[in-house]
Amino acid sequence: MKCCQSDCENEATVHLTEIVNGQMKKIDLCEECAKEKGVTDPQGFALADLLLGLGASSEMDSAGAELECPTCGFSQADFKKTGRLGCSACYTVFAEPLEGMLKQMHKGVQHIGKVPKALRAKLDITKQRDHLNGQLHKAIETENYEEAARLRDQLKELEAIPVSKKEE
Amino acid sequence: MELLNFLTSSAELSSGSGPEDHVVLSSRVRLARNVNGIPFPGRAKKKVRQEACDTIKPLVSAASAMRGGFTAGMEDLKALDKQLLVERHLISREHAAKGGGSALILNKDETLSVMVNEEDHLRMQALMPGMQIKQVWQKIDRFDTSLEKKIDYGYDASYGYLTACPTNLGTGIRVSAMLHLPGLVLTDQVNQIVQAVTKLGHAVRGLYGEGTEALGHIFQVSNQMTLGESEGEIIERIHKVVLQIIEHETNARANLQQAKSKELYNHVGRAYGVLANAHIVSSKESMNQLSLIRLGVKLGMFEDLEVAIVDELFLVTQPAHLQQFVGEKLSGEERDVHRANLLRDRLSGVKGVQFPN
Repeated sequence: MKCCQSDCENEATVHLTEIVNGQMKKIDLCEECAKEKGVTDPQGFALADLLLGLGASSEMDSAGAELECPTCGFSQADFKKTGRLGCSACYTVFAEPLEGMLKQMHKGVQHIGKVPKALRAKLDITKQRDHLNGQLHKAIETENYEEAARLRDQLKELEAIPVSKKEE
Repeated sequence: MELLNFLTSSAELSSGSGPEDHVVLSSRVRLARNVNGIPFPGRAKKKVRQEACDTIKPLVSAASAMRGGFTAGMEDLKALDKQLLVERHLISREHAAKGGGSALILNKDETLSVMVNEEDHLRMQALMPGMQIKQVWQKIDRFDTSLEKKIDYGYDASYGYLTACPTNLGTGIRVSAMLHLPGLVLTDQVNQIVQAVTKLGHAVRGLYGEGTEALGHIFQVSNQMTLGESEGEIIERIHKVVLQIIEHETNARANLQQAKSKELYNHVGRAYGVLANAHIVSSKESMNQLSLIRLGVKLGMFEDLEVAIVDELFLVTQPAHLQQFVGEKLSGEERDVHRANLLRDRLSGVKGVQFPN
């Protein structure tokens, strides 16, 4: 079969079937013409859509067109192609375009399961510190300086706890 | 050590029964974990991936749960070995395709396995026979906790465990049960069940996971969502769903026995007749017929056939196991003949096939 482009004599190797408004259209192109027309891209069907549900890649398109991960060089085109991210840092870089997709995919967008022990200690400390800071502000506002001093000492103590992975 | 010397024999593996094993063949939980600061395996350059593998592998095999276990780089395993592991559900088909820079660690009784550098740096699973969803979760949870002391996991306070694919994000957990549902298939109810389970947000797949056929009336039910719910909630829901399915399957079998006994005896009797006498049997046919024989055994139609024998035949008639059993590499056609020989040998002597009137 010859390429369907009028000025081309090459053998057609790319066969495209498209359904537009219920009408089936068949196009046969040689590799060169196909490339020129941009229809060849075998990844064009966006693996991400298959893996993550339709619309996943377009969501990335609209919201993260210019983003690239500085850590691993991963881009939104890579995501479209593979449906996977490149490294841990990608989740921060692509947080915005990912948000809607994750909402569709999962029950929520906030993890509420297991936390590694070492981090659990750290997260607990962060929570405690926030809590103490809040109380400290209140104490100062109400001019309860005795209480404020006590809270400040507690905060200092908290800062002194080393957060290392080795502690049990 | 050679993998073949390490693996439990098919007979021994099939002799271990679990709760509710008339329906639930096995329970499994897998967790996806990654090492902080290293690109995911799909993105990492070959050298980085190799280095990551070299770092992770000894840390995992040194874990106390892995004492007496088996460790190998994927490049050291023969194609047949890898296929054996896939047939035992110890590695994925994707992992079987991997070479250098990926590895496998198994514990002594094959209930724990870790794939290094599959889609994520670590994919660890616990697998046990029968309905033991909560037990496998406890097992893998303990193991994961023991590893987190040595491996700095990629973790985010709001996204949880970070995974290569966003579909695994959060808990990184996939809980699944392998279910034998001939009753629901024969009474044409299985599609309804599949639809209901799917509506609840679970996936239903065939025997070898994604995109595989439900050969031998075997279905895998697993969770889809991993973020926004705790592991406990996910486990609890799958547990409940599986209990429901067990009930439906049990009812369907009782219904067959009472209202459609001729149809049931016909299916089981024909399956036995074929496997006890055929000389060429494809793996698909053997799965489907063995499934019916298993149903017959569980309904008391075979006086001296143990379900363990049927389960062993399920395993040993798979292509790689069959070649290991025969001891040589076989073409597809040769396999069908050897498979038939093996089935005839084990089934033709069975006495006491009983079909009550």
